[in-house]
Amino acid sequence: MRPMPGKTLYDKIWDAHVVDTQDGEAILYIDLHLIHEVTTPQAFAGLRANRRAVRRPDRTLAVADHNVPTEGQALGVDAVADEEARLQLQTLGRNVEDYGIEYFPMGDIRNGIVHVVGPEQGRTQPGMTIVCGDSHTSTHGAFGALAHGIGTSEVEHVLATQTLRQKKAKNFRVRIEGEAAPGVGAKDFALAVIGEIGTAGGTGYVIEYAGSAVRALSMEGRMTLCNLTIEGGARAGLVAPDDTTFEYLKGRPATPKGGGWEMALSYWKTLFTDDDAVFDREIVIDAAAIAPTVTWGTSPEDVVAVTGKVPSPDSFTTPDKRASAVRALEYMGLEAGQPITDAKIDVVFIGSCTNSRIEDLRIAAKIAEGRQVAPGVRAMVVPGSGLVSAQAEEEGLDEIFRAAGFEWREPGCSMCLGMNPDRLTPGQRCASTSNRNFEGRQGRGGRTHLMSPAMAAAAAIAGHIVDVRDYL
Amino acid sequence: MEAFTRLDAAAAPLPLANIDTDQIIPKQFLKTVERAGLAKGLFYDFRFDEQGVEKPDFVLNQPAYKNAGVLITGDNFGCGSSREHAPWALMDFGIKAVVATSFADIFYNNCFQNGLLPVVLKAEQVAQLMDEARGGNHVVSIDLEAQTVTSPSGAVFSFEIDPQRKQKMLQGLDAIGETLQAAGSIDTYEMKRALSQPWLEGA
Ligand code: SF4
Repeated sequence: MRPMPGKTLYDKIWDAHVVDTQDGEAILYIDLHLIHEVTTPQAFAGLRANRRAVRRPDRTLAVADHNVPTEGQALGVDAVADEEARLQLQTLGRNVEDYGIEYFPMGDIRNGIVHVVGPEQGRTQPGMTIVCGDSHTSTHGAFGALAHGIGTSEVEHVLATQTLRQKKAKNFRVRIEGEAAPGVGAKDFALAVIGEIGTAGGTGYVIEYAGSAVRALSMEGRMTLCNLTIEGGARAGLVAPDDTTFEYLKGRPATPKGGGWEMALSYWKTLFTDDDAVFDREIVIDAAAIAPTVTWGTSPEDVVAVTGKVPSPDSFTTPDKRASAVRALEYMGLEAGQPITDAKIDVVFIGSCTNSRIEDLRIAAKIAEGRQVAPGVRAMVVPGSGLVSAQAEEEGLDEIFRAAGFEWREPGCSMCLGMNPDRLTPGQRCASTSNRNFEGRQGRGGRTHLMSPAMAAAAAIAGHIVDVRDYL
Repeated sequence: MEAFTRLDAAAAPLPLANIDTDQIIPKQFLKTVERAGLAKGLFYDFRFDEQGVEKPDFVLNQPAYKNAGVLITGDNFGCGSSREHAPWALMDFGIKAVVATSFADIFYNNCFQNGLLPVVLKAEQVAQLMDEARGGNHVVSIDLEAQTVTSPSGAVFSFEIDPQRKQKMLQGLDAIGETLQAAGSIDTYEMKRALSQPWLEGA
């Protein structure tokens, strides 16, 4: 008899959460449900219509992030100028009250982008299953939690049952080995991975990130990496928890204390992929070969090293990819063969659930310190949460940014998707630390180049895309 | 949810890869607290120019495709945001099935929650449907029970679909009601877990 092969981290978390199986579909228990104003109103309406309760309000946490303005938050929801956004925020306020769900409303120092708040509060813990009506829920995988985005019908399903109906995905391991060059970090890793596998390369898989370069990342870096997993098509990304994880979690408001901590820790230490586990797919990437990376087109897979050139549509293999590339070049106002550093920047956005944590702001501030934003460039920094903002102010980062000519704004999703007033105007070109360069994502006709916080800060100073290594 | 059994409808060709949910329904339409009425935002930036005037060359603006019930499109349709507004908008417009070579995962899943049928066919089959849909007769037939798509010229293509999902689509079943039948198992699971991982309780 052949011995059973070992389990991957994903297998272990999955097995620990299967409540039941119905018609070949698992009913998976959900440990933490994060909710926000945009993808929940219809779910609560569905609960009311069917007279259903929220099964575990205590395993649910609400924030206001997607369409909050990034100034004047202390004035409260009723002062939000956009009528529809105000209605959504008010609706969330009423829903959490009716169903007894903990809520950090706009203006509360604990509020911020949902994927910044969960980890910061210690709500996100290893081994958990975590869902949210937002695709970048993959972020929480940095803690060794199985975390992914769901649609509104599923939000309603989780509210009502604290479970999700799921089919198991396949296992994919991405190993990033070796040491990254100075100026190269998690964002560059993530863009390089998507460039390698394509935006659909991870479809049907859960990706586990491993290798020495991943181990060396801080929690912030791991969150950036897992955040972008969805842009590679995989619903969830995972990093096995280790001392870096435990160190980050210790003492956070919602992490266990005393004996509970010891118990939790001994469980968390079992959360790793067994040596003899089998992956359905595996790739290895050499960290040392990754340069600071940016996007040139309108899909996150359209990546190029900052030292590279805008590709020609002819270099793509299929007709629809060529058509998409032609369209992307036209939309982006770029010519094939142009060095990417030719691209002049109008706006710089440092923020979003990808890169708005304290470490991101520290790196950007280091580049900005003692320098000036190029004339004609609007540069903004939007911290991921009230607590990130407070920490940055304590360290004097806000002063560094202001002195260099950056705007220092209040927390929220902001120009990541431009549902609030922070938006690009047609034709404006933006160096952005967010996660999507889709057409119109940051404002109709806006042109987005994704990059790391260090690269975005350098672009603000230079006035065009530039290699941050010249600014270290 | 409405059941899906069989559909005979005009098919609109949209030959682009990686159409994301921001393109299917841009963010300004996500501020609603309703499910209905999203057709006006469907493919908004494809359909309208900056002044809000219809672009005559976009497929769904052409008279022959205004009543399309099927969309034929490229790889990785529905990538990006998890917004369920994307299938809601498609359905509200009258699209009941999307045929593509591949779909993004969350979108694919959201389709089944709403009775919108995503059909995966091979690249050459999608190309043929795309070609035929551009011609004079654009009516395709989709039979979910038989798992076939019949092109305007009569070519029949079979597609794969998960059997459970198919059954639920055919019957228009509500997933929550079904899961609640297992409420006893959820209770048991929670009791066990409260013992093995007590730190997760009593926050
Ligand atoms: S910052 Fe952007 S990607 Fe992240 S949750 Fe907000 S809108 Fe979504």
